[in-house]
Amino acid sequence: MTEPVLSVRNLQVEFASRRGTLRAIDGVSFDIAKGEVLGVVGESGAGKSVTGLSVIGLIDPPGRIAGGEIRLSGLRIDNLPPEEMRRVRGKRIGMIFQDPLTSLNPLYRVGEQIIETIRTHLNLSETAARRRAIDLLAEVGIPAPEKRIDGYPHEFSGGMRQRVVIALAICAEPELIIADEPTTALDVSVQAQIISLIKRLGRDHGTAVMLVTHDMGVIAETSDRVAVMYAGRVAEIGPVQDVVRNPLHPYAKGLMGAIPTLAGDDKRLVQIPGSMPRLSAIPRGCSFNPRCAFAFDRCRVERPEPLPRGAQSVACHLYDSVPAESAA
Amino acid sequence: MLAFTLRRAIQAVGVMIAVGIIAFSMFRFAGDPVNQMVGMDTSGAERAAIRKSLGLDDPVIVQFGRYVGNAAQFKFGVSYQFRLPVSNLLMERMPATLELAICATIFAMLSGILMGVYSALRRDTWLAHLFQAISLIGISLPTFLIGILLIYLFSVTLGWLPSFGRGDVVRIGWWTTGLLTLSGLKALIMPSITLGLFQMTLIMRLVRAEMLEVMRTDYIRFARARGLSTRAIHFGHALRNTLVPVITVAGLQFGSVIAFAIITETVFQWPGMGLLFVQAVQNVDIPIMAAYLMMVSLIFVTINLVVDILYTIVDPRLRSTVSRAH
Repeated sequence: MTEPVLSVRNLQVEFASRRGTLRAIDGVSFDIAKGEVLGVVGESGAGKSVTGLSVIGLIDPPGRIAGGEIRLSGLRIDNLPPEEMRRVRGKRIGMIFQDPLTSLNPLYRVGEQIIETIRTHLNLSETAARRRAIDLLAEVGIPAPEKRIDGYPHEFSGGMRQRVVIALAICAEPELIIADEPTTALDVSVQAQIISLIKRLGRDHGTAVMLVTHDMGVIAETSDRVAVMYAGRVAEIGPVQDVVRNPLHPYAKGLMGAIPTLAGDDKRLVQIPGSMPRLSAIPRGCSFNPRCAFAFDRCRVERPEPLPRGAQSVACHLYDSVPAESAA
Repeated sequence: MLAFTLRRAIQAVGVMIAVGIIAFSMFRFAGDPVNQMVGMDTSGAERAAIRKSLGLDDPVIVQFGRYVGNAAQFKFGVSYQFRLPVSNLLMERMPATLELAICATIFAMLSGILMGVYSALRRDTWLAHLFQAISLIGISLPTFLIGILLIYLFSVTLGWLPSFGRGDVVRIGWWTTGLLTLSGLKALIMPSITLGLFQMTLIMRLVRAEMLEVMRTDYIRFARARGLSTRAIHFGHALRNTLVPVITVAGLQFGSVIAFAIITETVFQWPGMGLLFVQAVQNVDIPIMAAYLMMVSLIFVTINLVVDILYTIVDPRLRSTVSRAH
């Protein structure tokens, strides 16, 4: 296999707070290949968005990357000087945020914002940049782009604004797009359009996509692989069919069990008891152990490391060949 | 847009008529104007004749109509103390006040915005802390004290700047300006700072707060994610979004700058409308007081109108709501 577009190794992100340092991301590793869509799921606070923000270098103080490595097509980017990292943002990594209503500057025409971004990254004249902006708007499915380019953000609907945001994210042909909950703020009917747009753009341009969401339906439709995050760690990662049909980690099993089906069997949906621990009170051992039906002694003392299991990888002692007794 | 402007203009006329009622009633409550004009030995018949010639026998509403009609043509009667038409007196004094107010506002806007932006972006530097300290002084020290302190330092101790007056002025038509001579410019420095300091601190604090607020918004985060330069983000995207409240405050404050020029003009013996007003109060010169009231209100109302129109230029969202709503 060729070098992955994005390679994250043992990433650690910490936030300094009055009650001491909180570790929001603790040893996250994953790769995204060219043209691949990696879905990242998990509950609120599992560290999905922080992972995305640390890849693009937008973790605001008091947060900081405390350890690990992030490589973009081989180039290490987690320790670049700010000015060089700025040139990576927008040019090599595009980002789409959750709320299209607030992502655009209300005082500038959408065209001005797109042209500004294009000209920041590509050496184009004003007219060439404008032509490119119109093409981009057409590509993301905005009707009559040569007219709409002179509209202000408030003249666009939510779904149309998210299309503009996507156009902005891809305007310099980035290798990687990070989409942080791109559909959460949209109507269900518009969600499907945006999802298929992101999928199509990824395919057409060979762009790697990191899709952060808490919506398993979106993941199942869009992603090639999926990473399930829990309390700042990757619980399980693997091809989307495998993880959805045959989840290994008890938490992933719980998540998949909580998806309603259209088949209409009137079983109650399975619910994971309890809630995710706060960052200041992450339990010892496996952070999922207080909520896990299968937890045994080892889970309460030793933190599980990711174990390969077919195409999947799971961080759970249940799959460790070493007997529990000898490890404890 | 035209309908919006027209509606606002009609509202402004309403406000001016209300002010006119107050100005008019000053004449009626401040004693018999005939007594102010004639000597002790004037006979009753003569008084009645004067009263009739001045139209003071007419019903109140007729007198009021006449007053407003004249005021609309900038005729405010004759000053009791100077025996000259009030409008001439005001016209003569207005350039001095306007020049002072405009210089003070420009000073306040420029330094206020610069200091505000700096202290928002470099929050923890010593310079930002210094600006905060200056703004505290500007807000808490009364204007006249700042003026006196400046005079003490720069005129009395150092002898760099004149302590009073306008310096040499150049006459262009009916307008007199101190901007074209060195002594005029020197004379303008301290009064402008004194008058503008409060506005400056207000604008600085406002810009700082707004800037901090805007820097936290999603579109600034998205602008950073797009890889725009820090300069473009700070000045192109953030600063412009802070300008709407700044325009409001600076605009409304321009009215108070003119009104509060009274104090600065008194301290620096600046020959403007404010000084004229203070002298009028001391001499119970009602026509001047009433005319000053009308003038200042007119300036306030006009500025409000201009600010409303300026909004729509800065913020496109208002443009469309304005055209949709009317």
